Amino acid sequence: MVTFLLTDIFFYIIILSLFLYIRYVINTPDILETWSYVFKNKTGILSAIVLSFFMMIAFLDSIHFKEKIYNNDKKSYVYSSEIKSLLDTILIPMYENTEKSYSSPFSGHLYTKETIKVSDKIEERDYPKLLHKGNHNKYFENNLYNIFLTLIIALAKSFLISIFIYLIIFRRTLFKKDNRMISALFDNKFLFLSVFSIISISLVLYDLSFQYYVLGTDKVGVDVLYKSIKSIRTGILIGTLTTIVMLPFAVFLGIFAGYIGGIVDDIIQYIYTTLNSIPSVLLIASAILMLQVFMANNPLEFENIYERADMRLFFLCMILGLTSWTGLCRLLRGESMKLREVEYVQASKTFGLSKFSIIVRHVMPNIMHIVIITVVLDFSALVLAEAVLSYVNIGVDPTTYSWGNMINAARLEMSREPVVWWSLFAAFLFMFILVLFANLFSDVVRDAFDPRASKHYE
Amino acid sequence: MINYIVKRILYAIPILIGVNLLTFTLFFVVNSPDEVARLHLGNKRVTQEQIITWNQERGYDKPLFYNKSEKGLESFRKTIFYEKSLKLFLFDFGVSDSGRDIKYDIKQRMWPSLAIALPSLFVGLLINITIALFFVFFRTTKVDYYGVILCVALMSISSLFYIIGGQYLISKLMHLTPISGYEHGYEAIKFLILPVIISVIYGIGSGSRWYRSLFLEEIEKDYVKTARSKGLSESAVLFNHVFKNALIPILTGVVVILPLLFMGSLIVESFFGIPGLGSYTIDAIQSQDFAIVRSMVFLGTVLYIIGLILTDISYTLVDPRVRLK
Repeated sequence: MVTFLLTDIFFYIIILSLFLYIRYVINTPDILETWSYVFKNKTGILSAIVLSFFMMIAFLDSIHFKEKIYNNDKKSYVYSSEIKSLLDTILIPMYENTEKSYSSPFSGHLYTKETIKVSDKIEERDYPKLLHKGNHNKYFENNLYNIFLTLIIALAKSFLISIFIYLIIFRRTLFKKDNRMISALFDNKFLFLSVFSIISISLVLYDLSFQYYVLGTDKVGVDVLYKSIKSIRTGILIGTLTTIVMLPFAVFLGIFAGYIGGIVDDIIQYIYTTLNSIPSVLLIASAILMLQVFMANNPLEFENIYERADMRLFFLCMILGLTSWTGLCRLLRGESMKLREVEYVQASKTFGLSKFSIIVRHVMPNIMHIVIITVVLDFSALVLAEAVLSYVNIGVDPTTYSWGNMINAARLEMSREPVVWWSLFAAFLFMFILVLFANLFSDVVRDAFDPRASKHYE
Repeated sequence: MINYIVKRILYAIPILIGVNLLTFTLFFVVNSPDEVARLHLGNKRVTQEQIITWNQERGYDKPLFYNKSEKGLESFRKTIFYEKSLKLFLFDFGVSDSGRDIKYDIKQRMWPSLAIALPSLFVGLLINITIALFFVFFRTTKVDYYGVILCVALMSISSLFYIIGGQYLISKLMHLTPISGYEHGYEAIKFLILPVIISVIYGIGSGSRWYRSLFLEEIEKDYVKTARSKGLSESAVLFNHVFKNALIPILTGVVVILPLLFMGSLIVESFFGIPGLGSYTIDAIQSQDFAIVRSMVFLGTVLYIIGLILTDISYTLVDPRVRLK
C-alpha cells in the first residue's frame, strides 16, 4: 500500500515544478542560451549530474509504502506498521541484517573483544566474528583478492550498463529532435564520462555491500553506508523544501514593495528589517523550542513514529524558510524598484496595461535570475545548517536518518579508545560531496545569470 | 552627523518593539506559561499545584496584558508583558528559569567570548586578505583557478568537522593543547589557541573568496586602467590603488559584526567548553531555559542594530563621498 508522508507530497511538487521549469526553459530561447552556458562548462555538467543523482536517490527514498504481511493461512494479510521506501527495497543487502555492535569497514569481526565459549570449559577473549558479512567470501578466502575481484566485476557491469544507456537513450531521443543545443549537450563526451563514473561508483559500493560493511557498522550494528544514503533525502529536502516555502513570500512581497511603493513598501520593509535584525540561529532556536513545547503538550494524532518525525522535518523546513526569506525579499525589492522606472515598463503603463499584467509580464521575468541564483546559493548553506542544528538538538527528529545526527553520535565515538572513526568519516564524505557540488554548481549558475559576473576570468 | 545618529537610533526603536512583540508572542502566546511549566516538570503526573508554584516562583503566574485584580497603572505593570518583555528595554533581563541573575551571567561570560572572537576576526582578516591578494595577483593563471576551487572545497566542509577533526588531531593525538576548558587570566591563552586557529581555518574558504571578488570588482574600474597606462607596476597598482579602495567594503563588513562578537560563537564555545555567551545560549536551548533565550534574542538584536549604525558612521569616515542626511 502506497503511503504519502507530508514531505513526500512536497517533494513531488518540487520535482514537478523542476520539470515544468525545464520545459519552460527549452521553449524560451534566450533563457536556454543562458543555461547552455552552464552546461558547456565542465564543472557545470559534472555538478549538475552529481546533484541530479542525489535528487534521484532522494526521490526514490520519497516513495513510501507499507508491506503486506500474510497471516498463517497465506491468504489474508495485514499491512505492516513499518513504512519503507522504494530505495529500501533496492538497499536490502545493506540493512536486512544487523550486527551486535561496532565493526570497522571491510572487517570480518566486531570491534571489541568479547568472551567466547570455545568448549564447555574453555573460554577465550577474542573478537567475535560478524554474523552476516565479512567472512562469507564469494571468490577467494583472502579478503584483498576478494575485494579486488568484486571491484573488477562491478566495473565491468557498469561499463556495459553505461554503453547501453548511451546507445539507447541518448542517441535515439536526440536524433529525433532537431535541437542543436540539446544534442550538443548530450553528445558531450564529458557528460558520458561523468555518468559512467557515477554509475560505476554506486555499483561498486552496491556489489561490495553484499559481502562487506563498506563503511563499517554503528553502535547497534546498522550499516553506516545505509545510514548515510538514507540521510541524503533529509539533506536534499531541507535544501529544497525550505526554498519552496520561502519563495512565494519573498517574490510576492519583494515585488509588491518595490513596484507599488508607498505605505506598502514601508510595512514590508519594516517586517523584514525586524526579522533580519534577530540573529538567525536564535530566531530558529526559539521557534523550534516553542514548536517542541507545542508538540509535547498537544500530541497530534500521528499513526506512528515515522509521521511524527516527518512532521518535525516539515516544521523545521517551514521555520528555516520563514526566517530566511528576508535576504531575497530585499534584493527583489531593489530590483523591482529599478524596473519600475525602466522605459519598457513605463511604455506599457502608458499603453494602459494593468499593474498585475505588468508585474507578471515584465517585472517577473526580469527578476528570475536573482531568484535562481539565490535558490542555488542557499541550498548548500541549508544542508550545512541542518548538521549544526541537529548538534544543538533543535534539528530533525533523533530517529530521522541525517548527517547531523550521525555527527552528533560520532562525538562520543571519537572519544572512545580505540577510536571509532567511520561514522564521522561517512557523514563527512557524503555531506562534503553534496555541498561541494552544490557550491560548484551555484558558482557556474551565478556566472551564467549574473550580468555583473566576470565571465572572462574562467 | 549627530542629527543622523539620533534619527537612526529613533528608527531602531520600532524595530526593537517589533522584535519584543515577536518574542513575546513566540514564548507566551503560542504556548501558555502553564504548558511550559508542564514541560519543565515532566509531562506526566504533574499536579495543577506544582504548575502553579513553578509559575509563582518565576513570576509567570500573572495575566498576559491586563491584570484585573490591580488598580490604575498597576494593572498594566503587574503583567507578564510588562515584567518579562518591556523590562528588556531597560536591559533588565530578570532571573533565569533556574534562578540565576541573567544580567550578572552575561557580564561574566561576555569576556571569554570576546577573547575568542576578537583574535579570530583579526587574524582571519589578515590571512584572508593576504590569500585574496595572492589570488588576484595571479589572476587568469592556474594558481588562481585551483586556488578558488580549493576555497570552495574548504567552504563545503561543515564547521563541526573542523572542530572535531582539529580537537582530535591537535589535542588528542599531538597533545599540544588541552582538549577543552578555560581559566581566567593569562592561563586562558593555552585554552584559546586551538579554538582561534580552528575558527580562522574555517573562515579561510569563504573569506578569501569573498575578498578576492571585491578586489576583482575594483580591478576592472577605469582608474586602475589609468594607473596601469601611466606606467605603474602591477604590484604598485594592486597595493596602492586596488587594495586601498577595496578596503572600504572590507572595513564596513567588519564594523557591522564587531558588536555581535560579544555574543560569541555557539558551536566553538560549546565544543571547547569555554564559558562564553555562545555556550550560555546553547546550554539554555538544550535545557529549555526560555528566559535566557528571550534575553539573548533581545541582546543580539540590539547589538546588530548598533553594528548597522556604526557601519553607516564608518562609511563617512573612510569614504569622503558619502554624506549622511
